Amino acid sequence: MFRFVTVRLLQGLLVLLAIYAVTFFLVAATPGSPFSTERAIRPEILAQIEAFYGYDKPVGERFVTSVSNALRGEFGPSAVYANRSVTDIIAESFPVSLKLGSLALGLALALGIPVGIIAAVRQNSWLDYVPMSVSMAGICLPTFVMGPLLALIFGLIFELLPVAGWFGPEYVILPALTLGLYYAAYFARLTRGGMLEMLNQDWVRTARAKGVSESTIVWKHCLKGGLIPAITFLGPALAGIISGSFVVETIFQIPGLGQWFVKGALNRDDFLILGLTVLFAALIVVMNLLVDIVQVALNPRLKYE
Amino acid sequence: MALLEVSDLRTSFYTRGGVVRAVDGVSFTLDKGETLGIVGESGSGKSVTCYSLMKLIPEPPGRIESGTAIFDGQDLLRMSARDLRKVRGNRISMIFQDPMTSLNPYLRISTQLIEALRIHRDIDKKAALNKAIAALEEVGIPGASSRVHQYPHEFSGGMRQRVMIAMALITEPDLLIADEPTTALDVTVQAQILDIIKERQERLGTAVILVTHDLGVVAGTCDKVNVMYGGKLMESGTAEQVFYDPIHPYTRSLQKTIPSLQTKGADLYTIPGLPPDVSKPINGCAFYPRCPYPKVAQPEGERPQLVENGDGHCFADCRFCDSSAPIESVLPKHDAGDVDTAQDIREGEGAA
Ligand SMILES: Nc1ncnc2c1ncn2[C@@H]1O[C@H](COP(=O)(O)OP(=O)(O)OP(=O)(O)O)[C@@H](O)[C@H]1O
Ligand SMILES: [Mg+2]
Repeated sequence: MFRFVTVRLLQGLLVLLAIYAVTFFLVAATPGSPFSTERAIRPEILAQIEAFYGYDKPVGERFVTSVSNALRGEFGPSAVYANRSVTDIIAESFPVSLKLGSLALGLALALGIPVGIIAAVRQNSWLDYVPMSVSMAGICLPTFVMGPLLALIFGLIFELLPVAGWFGPEYVILPALTLGLYYAAYFARLTRGGMLEMLNQDWVRTARAKGVSESTIVWKHCLKGGLIPAITFLGPALAGIISGSFVVETIFQIPGLGQWFVKGALNRDDFLILGLTVLFAALIVVMNLLVDIVQVALNPRLKYE
Repeated sequence: MALLEVSDLRTSFYTRGGVVRAVDGVSFTLDKGETLGIVGESGSGKSVTCYSLMKLIPEPPGRIESGTAIFDGQDLLRMSARDLRKVRGNRISMIFQDPMTSLNPYLRISTQLIEALRIHRDIDKKAALNKAIAALEEVGIPGASSRVHQYPHEFSGGMRQRVMIAMALITEPDLLIADEPTTALDVTVQAQILDIIKERQERLGTAVILVTHDLGVVAGTCDKVNVMYGGKLMESGTAEQVFYDPIHPYTRSLQKTIPSLQTKGADLYTIPGLPPDVSKPINGCAFYPRCPYPKVAQPEGERPQLVENGDGHCFADCRFCDSSAPIESVLPKHDAGDVDTAQDIREGEGAA
């Protein structure tokens, strides 16, 4: 177990390094520079600015400095917002995105998994058909349709919830729904599939022949295996929620990381892009590691190796 | 009074391809401690008969259309789900054909072994576990006290079937239904498993329904035999009657397929043709198209009922073939011109 986690962490670190390198050189190869503005700047001043940010050095050297800084948790200043460091920006907006993302994921799991289990247990009844049709619709609706639709219904027509900004707990509801419903639908379908596969196994018949009740069959005999597809999807779901948050934070005007990522890309803010990319990548790596650990814990046929 | 009395059991499956009459009016009785064999080719309805008794038929598509199965005074087919759960795993246990898929891979052997005990007996975990270990030892699993904590995938097929036997018998049921317990195992293990079932049964006084497609197995282990074909009984009686003195052409043909009864060096006999498609109506006799006896009439009407030939030996009274001659006389003779054995083929190649 310890060995497994260490090895996987080292692998994760390598992945992060690779992602860092790819992002760094892609950004460096992009035409233009973070310091170009609409007004002409005198060449000597531009040279000074470039020297301040280290842009006078060759790209290889900049990469080495950048990586060693990043290893110490330093992502440098924002190249566009002069008086703020990337770490500041992350520290300020990460909690916002974390709240939104974890609520969305929590909602997706809390809604999707029970619905999936019930649909499987009551296969071919309305408890199966209705949620599964709704979830199919949910999967087909992209975030940028779902978001405005929810805002229209709950914000404008019924005037129940605020549709933009980030001021109190009620402001998180619509964005979290927009982001989470899609994954709730996905988790419901995956859980239903997983549970159905378990319920049709020969060993369920063995359990029935022993006099085990139907509820015990679901909880004790089928749940572990039935949840595996949903758990496997947690890694991709997190990645999807992160990229979905770029859209949702823009729709609902939320000061989270997603907005900064969009701004950073538009402004050619090299340091910000790098910092955020590494952060997102690290989140996904950690999530995938957790998923692997849970999977081994659920499935006795897998071993830590 | 009989322990189990099944009469006119009919079970169908409503599939897209039509109504599959898997079991079509089967009746038999079983006394305490007795062993009943059910033999027949694949698809003859052996498993469905067993599952129907335990109400383990998936509904839909399956449906138990009619019949009664009186077990110790109560009709299994008309019990409430609750009462039925009290019988399952407690007074009637079951062993399934494929030990590789019949144990839950996500749960430890210990959990699965003690499950029935914990449901049906007032016993704490510790005591149940001790019983489970003892049960594993009784079916010959070495190192039972440590192996009991392992998962099914750590056991071989033969070992898993031993676990299934231990699990089924841990509550000392009155009736054990074993649905082809050895078919999925290799030949050397088959005999051991049958011996274990036999030994445990004698020790506990359990009645057994042993399903098999091997008439040879039946002869050695069973008191009584039902021969099934196309969802109906073709012949029933004591093992001796059915095995040594078969009456129905189907039973006689089956008997001819037992390898150890055939002359050494002769070709293995297999019944030509295929078992009937029970989703189509069967006219007169299900075995007619494959029957080796001279045909004397066109089959028509209801399939024949069982009639008794004295001493409880029953057979479907077929009037469409003349089965008076011994079967050897009607089987096609081996044609010397055919290139059949490996020896022949090798010689043939050498000559070419
Ligand atoms: N769930 C089901 N749905 C539809 N048809 C079924 C189902 N289960 C069994 N049958 C049909 O019922 C008939 C009898 O099947 P059964 O399993 O009892 O045969 P069997 O005698 O046990 O054969 P085998 O030796 O292959 O186990 C077959 O025609 C089979 O196709
Ligand atoms: Mg069968």
